Amino acid sequence: MTDIVLIVFLMTLLYMAIANRMRSYVKILAVQGVLLFVVAVLQLKEMNAFNLVWILLETLAFKSVAVPAVLLHTINRNHITREAEPFLPHFVSLIITALIVVGSFLLAEMINDSFLDKTFFVAAVSAIFFGLYFIASRRKLLSHVMGYMVIENGVTVLALAVGNEMPLLINLGVMLDIFASVLILGIFINKIGDVFRDADVEDLTELKD
Amino acid sequence: MVITIYILAAIVCAALPFVIRRKGVAAVSTFCFVAFQLFFSGWALFNKGVTVAGFFTADALGLLMLSCLAIVVLPTTIHSGLYLREDRADASSCSIYAASYVLLIAALSLGYLSNHIALTWVFTEVTTLSAAMLIYHHRNRQALEGTWKYVFVCAISVTFVFIGILLISLSLLHAGSSDLSYESLALHAAALDGFWLKLGFIFIVVGYTAKMGLFPMFTAGIDAKDNAPAPIAALLASVLVNLGFVGIYRTYSVVSATPLCSWSRVLLTVLAFITLFVATAYMLRVRNIKRMLAYSGIEHMAIVTLGIAAGRVGCYAAILHIVMHTFVKSGLFLHFNQLYRVFKSKMADAMGGYFNYYPFGAMVLLLGVVSIVAVPPSGLFVSEFMIFKAMFGAGHFALLALALILLTVLIWAFVRNFLKIIFIPLPQDNLPSAVRISPWESVTQLLLFAVAIYIGYAAPPAVMELIGEAAAFVR
Repeated sequence: MTDIVLIVFLMTLLYMAIANRMRSYVKILAVQGVLLFVVAVLQLKEMNAFNLVWILLETLAFKSVAVPAVLLHTINRNHITREAEPFLPHFVSLIITALIVVGSFLLAEMINDSFLDKTFFVAAVSAIFFGLYFIASRRKLLSHVMGYMVIENGVTVLALAVGNEMPLLINLGVMLDIFASVLILGIFINKIGDVFRDADVEDLTELKD
Repeated sequence: MVITIYILAAIVCAALPFVIRRKGVAAVSTFCFVAFQLFFSGWALFNKGVTVAGFFTADALGLLMLSCLAIVVLPTTIHSGLYLREDRADASSCSIYAASYVLLIAALSLGYLSNHIALTWVFTEVTTLSAAMLIYHHRNRQALEGTWKYVFVCAISVTFVFIGILLISLSLLHAGSSDLSYESLALHAAALDGFWLKLGFIFIVVGYTAKMGLFPMFTAGIDAKDNAPAPIAALLASVLVNLGFVGIYRTYSVVSATPLCSWSRVLLTVLAFITLFVATAYMLRVRNIKRMLAYSGIEHMAIVTLGIAAGRVGCYAAILHIVMHTFVKSGLFLHFNQLYRVFKSKMADAMGGYFNYYPFGAMVLLLGVVSIVAVPPSGLFVSEFMIFKAMFGAGHFALLALALILLTVLIWAFVRNFLKIIFIPLPQDNLPSAVRISPWESVTQLLLFAVAIYIGYAAPPAVMELIGEAAAFVR
């Protein structure tokens, strides 16, 4: 069952590679939050109740409701155009994403580990590298934020894989999520939006050598 | 007990100015905290090896870094006061400055002393938050750009470190333990799973390079030091860099006890060389003095990394080097403000003939430049020489030659600009208007450079013993 959910998670990455509206990205992030929630429910059987509720709340309330809501609010308030304006055509994007996923499968084949489910590893590594690729290939600053959120989701998948043995790390992962998201979104909403409006990387070229 | 009081004091001293936005409150709570910081450092020095609250151990490396912080924090606090007065900052930005300043120093101290791999990471995260608020002090477009880049790159690098910790935890599960303290990792070193450890080490090192200032994540730190107020840049370029070093060094000490030791040394050497190359390339074209100092910091971190990759003797020299670099680099950044007040510019082209405007400052700057390029009587000369000797001893002749060539070019580019600033007068048509600067402002930097020379040539046995113990972390 977790395998199916994680494969759906991988498919959201492929969809994200070809979607071309900012709002679609927000929706994908919300869906990923829900998927992580399902994985957490299925995976963390040995965890104590209080801890479990805390993690479920984070994936559901924070990842799939609060963050997307804030992102939508930012898009509306700063009149960010709908198009995502990637540097590369969607077709190339799709190929690269597929290569990332295949690469993670090949990497996972090298591993023979009783402590780690391979599907978790593939989903996590794909999401982390897809997030990096997404940041590098989009022009808008807000899509960089979204790429970062995808990386965070990948990290959460990895943390869930070892969650039963290392509950401490899962809690720290949740902390990282909330802390970094609030910090980045906080700056974005309060400042970048006001100063740069529809901001993209060309606005951030004053500091260079 | 002491650590609980310390954390409480830090929270109170950071929260007070944040809540009550008055200049007086900001000043009083900062001074109270600095006094407390000194007391805490002294306490830690007298309780060497003691573990408090389960997660903080006053070991040799932690104590060295904590002492460096205690010495650097005094001048930066004085200069922060001078800076805010000169800048005519309003009460609100003074308060936020004070609150983030306290938070940054507390996070650094606790990060140095953490004996748990995840806790070092947590405090690194806190330094990102507090440093971001300080970099944004000027609230203009450039500061915003610098802050955004810093926060974004640091967020990614912090995530990388976390991935590394997750992978190392997998490796530790194979050894039948789930205790991620450095002690337990070292204890189980022989049984750690090689594949996960390798992957985890790569992620942790790459993640901490954002703080330490190595390739590939160094860029964030450069923009941050350029835009932050000079006293903050002094902290970012010295004690914050040390936290990145602590993160890498402690993990490296675990890896060095496994069969992956020689592999990890190759990795560190490669990173150090790319960093040295990048620093040289940029140093040749940068005209902004603050960025030049930032790139010089990257160069020194590359040398330190070469040192720790060259074995036990190299580790000793590298730690000695990073200790002295802390004093010299923070002194140079603190001096930048006086330079800026004379010439009203950050660019080397708009500066010249510093000796005619502020002779004492020019002499201090000259000593600083001599110190940072590691020419005798600089203390850094001793440690750099030891690092190269260690590389020679390890048989890396070609690498050593390459490093020396790169360093020669880099030092030429650096010194050329600074000697021009100090000695060669500007053309008659754009002379700066006369500004009177009290020589007392430069005394703090003179003392910092003097401390570096003292440690280089006549280090007290206690300091040498501490460095030796810290170097012994690596097998």
